Amino acid sequence: MSIDTSKVADTNATTPAKASKPNPVGAAAGWADDRLGLATAMKKQVRKVFPDHWSFMLGEIALWSFIVLLLTGVFLTLWFTPSMGETTYEGSYNQLRGIQMSEAYASTLNISFDVRGGLLMRQMHHWAAMLFVAAMMVHLLRVFFTGAHRKPRELNWVIGCLLLILGTLEGFTGYSLPDDLLSGTGIRAADGFIKATPVVGTYMSFFLFGGEFPGEAIIPRLFTVHVLLIPGILLALVGAHMLLLVYHKHTQWPGPGRTEQNVVGYPLLPIYAAKAGGFFFVVFGVIALMGALLSINPVWKFGPYDPSKVTAGSQPDWYMGWPDGALRIMPGIETHIWGTTWSWNVLLPIQVLPMVMFTLLLFLPFIESWITGDKRDHHILQRPRNAPTRTATMVALMTAYGLFWAAGGNDIIAIKLHLSINHITYFMRLMVFLGPVIAFWITRRWCISLQRHDNDMLLHGYESGIIMRSADGGYSERHLPLSESRAYTLTARGRDEVFTPGTGVDENGVAARGGRLDKVRGKLSALMYADNVQKPTRAELEEARHHAEHEHALQAGLDHPASGHEFDDHALRTAEDVPLRGAHGETAGAGSGSTSGGAGGQHDDTDEQPGH
Amino acid sequence: MSTTQEHLPAVPEGDEPIPNPGLPAHQWRPTDVDTRAEKRAERQVAALFGVATLALVGFFVSYFVFQVGDNWDTIAGFGASNVMLGGTLAIAFICIGVGLIHWARKLMTDHEIVELRHPASSSEKDRTETVGMVMQGIDDSGIARRPLVRNSLLGALGLVGLAPILMLRDLGPLPGDKLYHTIWKPGMRVVRDVVYTPIKVSDLEIGDLVNCEPEALANGGPDGEPLEGVELQIAKSKGAVILLRMEPDDITPWKGRENWSVQGIVAFSKICTHVGCPISLNERTTHHLLCPCHQSTFDLADNGKVIFGPAARPLPQLPIEVDDEGYLVAQSDFTEPVGPSFWERG
Repeated sequence: MSIDTSKVADTNATTPAKASKPNPVGAAAGWADDRLGLATAMKKQVRKVFPDHWSFMLGEIALWSFIVLLLTGVFLTLWFTPSMGETTYEGSYNQLRGIQMSEAYASTLNISFDVRGGLLMRQMHHWAAMLFVAAMMVHLLRVFFTGAHRKPRELNWVIGCLLLILGTLEGFTGYSLPDDLLSGTGIRAADGFIKATPVVGTYMSFFLFGGEFPGEAIIPRLFTVHVLLIPGILLALVGAHMLLLVYHKHTQWPGPGRTEQNVVGYPLLPIYAAKAGGFFFVVFGVIALMGALLSINPVWKFGPYDPSKVTAGSQPDWYMGWPDGALRIMPGIETHIWGTTWSWNVLLPIQVLPMVMFTLLLFLPFIESWITGDKRDHHILQRPRNAPTRTATMVALMTAYGLFWAAGGNDIIAIKLHLSINHITYFMRLMVFLGPVIAFWITRRWCISLQRHDNDMLLHGYESGIIMRSADGGYSERHLPLSESRAYTLTARGRDEVFTPGTGVDENGVAARGGRLDKVRGKLSALMYADNVQKPTRAELEEARHHAEHEHALQAGLDHPASGHEFDDHALRTAEDVPLRGAHGETAGAGSGSTSGGAGGQHDDTDEQPGH
Repeated sequence: MSTTQEHLPAVPEGDEPIPNPGLPAHQWRPTDVDTRAEKRAERQVAALFGVATLALVGFFVSYFVFQVGDNWDTIAGFGASNVMLGGTLAIAFICIGVGLIHWARKLMTDHEIVELRHPASSSEKDRTETVGMVMQGIDDSGIARRPLVRNSLLGALGLVGLAPILMLRDLGPLPGDKLYHTIWKPGMRVVRDVVYTPIKVSDLEIGDLVNCEPEALANGGPDGEPLEGVELQIAKSKGAVILLRMEPDDITPWKGRENWSVQGIVAFSKICTHVGCPISLNERTTHHLLCPCHQSTFDLADNGKVIFGPAARPLPQLPIEVDDEGYLVAQSDFTEPVGPSFWERG
């Protein structure tokens, strides 16, 4: 097919095609540049290259939800009254009219029922918050599974983790503000958590609430934290996260032409500006749709907070669900010693466990690089299967998270599935320990099997789905070689080296410093790498290719030669479309079937369409 | 790999099985080579932006046409405003977004370009120079040579750090013994919550559960003014109790609690000893009370003992008796703090 492309713009060059004529925009830009030096600052960024992949969009969802949160949040502050002062509701929601409630709750009802678009903004704000935290979590998983947390990006990982925990706290302070029955119950539980703190718990509780719970200080204080303190830190950290992203340049998947030294993709202006900018509108639009159609946190149904009331099925927002689950399944253990109380039943699940999990998350890149001893920069991403132990570690953490989270809904599970809540709780107590171990083991073996499968494809070709019958009646599947670019992409990964600790003594026979630590590191490194399947060497590939050619030569004389392309459109395509490796023109008609009579182990490697 | 090269990107090893084939050739899209496809894409993008404009007009109209509030008499009823405002806004934004992305994918030049990476670290020369300048600056300040200046400054800065912490002292009063007491007093009537009516023994049948409050919430009790505002909320948050009537023989009181119940009626604090939720789920046949927050379960026939769940302490029991007029009253305050455990409680 001949194509006339002479009239098509075919450049993404860094210099404009022609100098622009003087115009008002140019004049304004010149005015600004005279004062700000923008041209120099923007020179490198305007056409900055970003690689393309759907998974790079997950962080963008978080970023754009955060923008939606800022916009809708500002709208809400215009009407919300952060006060626990008592008032009588006189607004338009019939069922609560004349009822005593806090001004915070009354103003939330006012936003919902008496401000046009107020309910929409409230629901969008809440949905965006859920999306924000969810997108951050999925983005974190993508980064970790693909090895994008490795040097030089460890600090950006740390910033990301801080964003996640701050986002979670921001969510808690936010949904506590309306002062409805559900959020008040949450605050009361938080008071219980604080009181469980050794030594200073009671004091912290009294300082936070300005006296005894509930007091009248907590809502205004949470408001300040929610609209000023945390958003300010979040904004600064998001900025730092973005700056580092630009400075490091984005990671990319391996592929033809992509190396550790380059970044291949589309320029910021116009492609990424349009795509990312367009995506902001899509995220905004989807959140607006959710706000329009999906009811969320209908505080008017819960009623004002009353410290003597609670509703069944009380649960925090989903991202606070996993510590709540830990709290539910924790056995009621308390130690009383020397007139003091150690509330392990509250301390362990709600204070210690989240801190441990978060610290572990924060240090994951550093633990990994210590074990591997890898000090190189990494810009090419890894497929999750090519780091089996790392992938399994995160899946184990995800499993623990998921089980704790499910335990946070044990009452709902019991009701919906007609199960005994006691049995669910006992089961969860066991599974939060057993589940991650099982998940780790399965994931790790699964990854290694997938690695083995990759090697099979490299050495023997992919499964064509064409079943061949041999002269003596045996059946086998025809394997066809991978394209050059696919084969290259599969091999574009490093080889793992297990760290071998020294003898533990230096040349003078004195125990070397860090010898014991080295042994631990060696063991961990073996766990991490020893079972992995390494990519084939050049010699192995040559050998496999040679073997396949030999097989073809043997089968060339069979009565009914079949190429394996009898039922597809292979013959219609041009030769350039079919990047077959090796064997071109060397074997005339390809043979059929396998000599091993249908045993799956034998594969044809290369073949060629008769008539080329 | 020596330490001086640590900042360098990972270099492919020598024995790569397959050499990097280099960037694949650019593929022309239909919109690049077919004018009709190009025009069609152009019309699609413009149509999306057009729909967005119409949707925004719809948004403005909806703002005035549909009413908010708990009112079913307005056009399309309650909630129509929310659905219309959100729906039109969503259509507008999604159309703008999809239009922009469609434009980028179909009509903007799609040649991939290659940019070279640079190590994240500074050059060795820059490092040396910067360290040199910092050392020079420190040297010029003379901080190393003048320990008196340095130490006195450190002392002052340390106290500066303490000042804002001290400033937080007035966030709240000290706990004192507030957590050890509630508003209950000897002789205070146990009244139904919300309506505040006193209760006689004959009002309760076997198996009945009543949510109650101290009478002082309603009228200040025998001595005092009616409570309101913060005092009311605090009193409520600690004083709420549950009355439950069971067969007197089912009750197995601990020593010293034999006369805390009245004809099978017991009163327990409603505040969970786990983290403080008001407990309200009663299993009538077993006298078990379940906290809806974290499922701690207490046996009210057995002194509020924990029989399941994360709570560690039994529910505090309120000793009750009958006053001259036959109404249920408290014998005293709770004999232990109500609600979640805390450090000093012992």
